[in-house]
Amino acid sequence: MESRLRELIERHRETGGNIISLLQDTQEAFGYIPRDAVMLFSRELGIAASRFYGVATFYAQFRLKPVGRHKVTACCGTACHVRGADRIISGIQRELHLAGEQDTTDDGLITLDKVACLGFCSFAPVVLVDGAVHGKATTDIAIREIKNLRKKI
Amino acid sequence: MIIRVCMGPAGIAAGGKQVLDAFNAELGRTQVAAKVLENCSSHQVGCLGLCARDVLVEVHRDGTKTVYQYVKPDMVARIVQEHLIGGKVVKDWLVDAAYDSFYRKQVKVVLADCGRIDPESIDAYESVKGYEAARDVLASRTPEEIIEEIKMSGLRGRGGAGFPTGLKWELGRKAKSDVKYIICNADEGDPGAFMDRAVIEGSPHAVIEGMIIGAYAIQAGHGYVYIRAEYPLAVERLRMALDQARSRGYLGKGIFRSKFDFDIKIKLGAGAFVCGEETALIASIEGQRGMPRPKPPFPVNKGLWQKPTVINNVETLANIPHIIRNGCGWYAGFGTERSRGTKVFALTGKIKNPGLIEVPMGITLREIIEEIGGGIESGKPFKAVQTGGPSGGCIPASMMDITMDYEALAKAGSIVGSGGMIVLDADDCMVNVAKYFVQFTQAESCGKCVPCRVGTKRLLETLERITSGKGSPNDIELLEELSGGIKSLSLCGLGQTAPNPVLSTIKYFRDEYDAHIRDRKCPAKVCKGLLTYSIDAAKCKACGSCLKACPSGAVSGEKKKPHKIDPAKCVRCGACFDVCKFGAVERE
Repeated sequence: MESRLRELIERHRETGGNIISLLQDTQEAFGYIPRDAVMLFSRELGIAASRFYGVATFYAQFRLKPVGRHKVTACCGTACHVRGADRIISGIQRELHLAGEQDTTDDGLITLDKVACLGFCSFAPVVLVDGAVHGKATTDIAIREIKNLRKKI
Repeated sequence: MIIRVCMGPAGIAAGGKQVLDAFNAELGRTQVAAKVLENCSSHQVGCLGLCARDVLVEVHRDGTKTVYQYVKPDMVARIVQEHLIGGKVVKDWLVDAAYDSFYRKQVKVVLADCGRIDPESIDAYESVKGYEAARDVLASRTPEEIIEEIKMSGLRGRGGAGFPTGLKWELGRKAKSDVKYIICNADEGDPGAFMDRAVIEGSPHAVIEGMIIGAYAIQAGHGYVYIRAEYPLAVERLRMALDQARSRGYLGKGIFRSKFDFDIKIKLGAGAFVCGEETALIASIEGQRGMPRPKPPFPVNKGLWQKPTVINNVETLANIPHIIRNGCGWYAGFGTERSRGTKVFALTGKIKNPGLIEVPMGITLREIIEEIGGGIESGKPFKAVQTGGPSGGCIPASMMDITMDYEALAKAGSIVGSGGMIVLDADDCMVNVAKYFVQFTQAESCGKCVPCRVGTKRLLETLERITSGKGSPNDIELLEELSGGIKSLSLCGLGQTAPNPVLSTIKYFRDEYDAHIRDRKCPAKVCKGLLTYSIDAAKCKACGSCLKACPSGAVSGEKKKPHKIDPAKCVRCGACFDVCKFGAVERE
């Protein structure tokens, strides 16, 4: 991990030093922002760790916890909302046994990601399973796709 | 003879591939000489056509175009036999009048090329006069002439606030500095709007050309496109288009063989609605938290890295090449006195024909809903349309003849905004809709100023109380008072407009608030906390799925006997209602 992070630091220095871009690259490499990464960046670049965390917790894109290997994305945009996204999401949470704010299954395999709008409003409500779009979704369709995904894992 | 099968995402979802294969097989079998082509296959966001009637098939024969709707593979043989061979149109399957009215009321300027040209080819863009405007501007026109042309066209910012674009450019031109920036705001964060994404995915070069002309007008040497990371295809196409433009000398040093240098970089947004606000967007490009700062100084004087910066929205920029090419008079010919041109709306919700539409400003809401949208999908009464997203408001059915322009919508308590249009029917609860938007703005408030940070939280708490049956009689007044404070005291547009969804629903649907507070009822049966659940013994098949789904042990029942819900244990989560396949769970 460390050599990878040092590469990112070098690239960061070359491109003029932008915290958001550095964190975006880190997340692309690891799927989340590991604590060790922030500590190393802070030491190497002389920027307080709090500034990294300030940025990382401000933007919705950044995760501070590992992400599941597979991702179910549920759109909560307005068009999806009025077409019953809430019901689908609670169905998915039941299927994945996710409690409260928990977003990743206990086995760490599947993450449920709720996003504001994916721009597929004309097929609302929309659920993505590992990037594949399922438009005009229902709770049944979402659960069926998750079961299919489980079979493949 | 040419046959075109709709192969956009909606077409594929409806079985376009099977229809395409069926045509190929049938033509091979009957030895008819016809070419089968795909419509929209390269434009993955949808053809912007009437996708609700897919699979649509066009037959071009003897110079006339015939369109069939809802085509299934088993219908192909008859179309080939009667129409292609026999020359007789199969009248039963033709598109009906709705197809005609869907297109008749629209005027496509920004969307004209989307779905028609290959967005990944610069040649395709140039074949529809692309880059002609930029070339002409660089060769023979002064920045002042361009600014005058845009001012005369009456174009106003399409991102939401509607600031006159020509005036903004003039201010940018007058700002004195050796370094200036132009930024394309593609941080389309409004949940329920996707026009910017469609424009960039469908015609990225149009946005680049608009930026080139804008940069020349204000004499900016550097451009940024600030785009959401959630739009990977748009980012990829934009990157590709920038490379192509650079290789032809349209970007870089001495563009179009002139003495003017200009290049564009892409900056990925990291997911914060507030970054649509100009000063927050600038902070984000600089790598900071996207927090707005007080204005003045305005970005046009002190923007990115403290240099003069002009920020324009995607749709605004995509209009520019058309205005330069066709003249300001042509553009000003569309729309109303103070709102010129066309506007793209994302028509979604409970509408029969959802999708992106482009209409002249000043069209009535009725024309959009009834003629273009085809009316309400469920056949239930139309209740309201929400425009402008979290900063906008609701227009009730009684105001259907309102014209869609900046002034009329503002007067009605809403805004044009970026162009989201969510159609609501009798099944939608207006208090819930208001709560939905406040939930969104509360979560997206950057937290810098107190009125927005604390105010939206208190608004949300009050709305949650009302929708869970714990509202008190003076809650409406409390909401109004809070809203007034948030609107007048917040630092940026996010807070200043956040109460709009609440205020406009109170204004037009006060009776629904009253029903929630006084009668503890949700008339649309949406707010779960106000519903009671029971099982209709006659319909219950004792399948046990509600028993399994219930998280609180409120459902009881034995095999083969109708189940029951114990109201004392019920937590009103609605899980039983969702899972029942027989409609036996009733809510009141």
